[in-house]
Amino acid sequence: MKLWRTGTARMNLWRTNFWRSLACAVLLLVVGVSLSANWLAPAGYAKQYREAAGAAPSRQHWLGTDEIGRDRFARVLYGTRISLLLAPAAALLSTLMAALVGGLGGYLGGAWARGARTVTDLFLSLPWLFLLITVRAVMPLNVSPLLSVLVTFLMLGLLGWTSAARVLCSTAGALRNSDFVRQARASGIRGVRLFWIHVLPNLKPVLYAQFWISIPVFILSEANLGILGLGVAEPMPSWGSLLKELEGLVSVGEEPWKFVPLILLVVVVTSFQLMLSKQEEVSA
Amino acid sequence: MLGRKIARHALAIVATVLLGGFLSATLVRLAPGFDVDEEQLDPHLNSASVQALRRTRLEQHNIFRFYFHSLQRAAHGDLGTSISLGQPVSVLLRERAPLTLRLVGIGLLLSWAVAMALALSAAWLRISAYDALTTALSGTFLCIPAAVLALLSVLWNVPGALAIGLIVFPRVYRFARNLLAKAYSLPHIITARAKGLSELRILFWHVVPVAGPQLLAVAGVSVSIAVGAAIPVEALCGLAGVGQLAWQAALARDLPLLTNLTILVTLVTLLANSGADLIGHMLRGQEA
Repeated sequence: MKLWRTGTARMNLWRTNFWRSLACAVLLLVVGVSLSANWLAPAGYAKQYREAAGAAPSRQHWLGTDEIGRDRFARVLYGTRISLLLAPAAALLSTLMAALVGGLGGYLGGAWARGARTVTDLFLSLPWLFLLITVRAVMPLNVSPLLSVLVTFLMLGLLGWTSAARVLCSTAGALRNSDFVRQARASGIRGVRLFWIHVLPNLKPVLYAQFWISIPVFILSEANLGILGLGVAEPMPSWGSLLKELEGLVSVGEEPWKFVPLILLVVVVTSFQLMLSKQEEVSA
Repeated sequence: MLGRKIARHALAIVATVLLGGFLSATLVRLAPGFDVDEEQLDPHLNSASVQALRRTRLEQHNIFRFYFHSLQRAAHGDLGTSISLGQPVSVLLRERAPLTLRLVGIGLLLSWAVAMALALSAAWLRISAYDALTTALSGTFLCIPAAVLALLSVLWNVPGALAIGLIVFPRVYRFARNLLAKAYSLPHIITARAKGLSELRILFWHVVPVAGPQLLAVAGVSVSIAVGAAIPVEALCGLAGVGQLAWQAALARDLPLLTNLTILVTLVTLLANSGADLIGHMLRGQEA
């Protein structure tokens, strides 16, 4: 019986590790291919082949061209690069902000913790997409495409820290009253030193988990904003702007190659979700 | 005790709405083009009228005074006028809110029905392959952007409410599955199963009291998710609801309309969360 149980546990562990390794390999492959866009793509993302506008896949254009003749394969590669480089950057920013507001608020306690909780509750009571489109609407209309990419992801990073801050606030609050922090305080360690040496290292697993959780959330949010026409400006490609092409479809079987960005996005987000479960385990 | 809790919730809602309103007013005041009024370019207006318009704008320069006037108007039911549509915001809301409420309501019912059916069957059956299948199904929907689900619903002629249901379902399923799995692994529930109690009796007598309050909290959060999902669904399915209005306001940079909508939606989600919290509190009180 015991042997059978050990065998099942090993099997489950092997299965979990297999899926995680596969997810990691897929992410590395996608990142690697997107970083090689300069060599793999037949042309830049904005180059127009006017004689071949709206073309079906061919040897020259592997995924066909869009309605103004831009190579779809090149746009997918460059768009993937943009989404996969900037979503982690936005996640890093949001994690830092969560650590600053939630971590410090929870560590300082009292009015600071109450203030941090009030601010996070205020942001959390706003539906995410409502908040995003409201802030996006304030941005000037005449921003360059590059600036629009940066603004979109900066906005995601600056607004996406609240749920992480709440978790960090309660974790830091619990650490503040823990025995080892009390002992450190009794030994004369205080202020920044206490936070840096004793509290922050214990917050690291939660910070890692929040970082990994934020990446797929930001990728999906950018895609939603892009489809609604409130994301990255043309001609810069991103998964959101590439998925906007699905709007004009009459049937799924009509131009199936237009679904490639969606399949890629689902594969990447799924891979992040599989990686995430490991981070969640670490933080627990 | 319950009275104090209700009072605390009411105070938190009022404070959040006032603070949210102030932030929104600041956003409107600082937005580019706030000082510019198209009416000033009207050749039919004489210089005295143009000066009067400028004076009105100057009065709104002080952010606190601007917010105070907005609050005064809101207290009298005047939520301002939409810049892009030229109609009072209150009229627009009256026209569009019923459709959104219906969509969100049906979407929530569908999502909860599917999520609970899958989570309960997974907890009852305890077959790892079935659990993996339902988790994979919800995971797939979780990885598809809400706007793509809305586009696919247009493509396949699926009602908008179903699209909202499919957006909300995986989030609810995830929480419900974990809560039920945790509840079913409790020692007293394992004992009840071993004693041969019927599954329905175990569910209503032992599982619901344990997982119920937390599921109610998820119900509050799911309202917020469903309201957020209404934006892409209504915008892309051509449904004239509050979500489509918010999207149009964002595209037209109609900030007075957008901020009023945001405050309204915040109020709805806060009420839903507080309601769920209070019901959970009452259930726990009865249990004790």
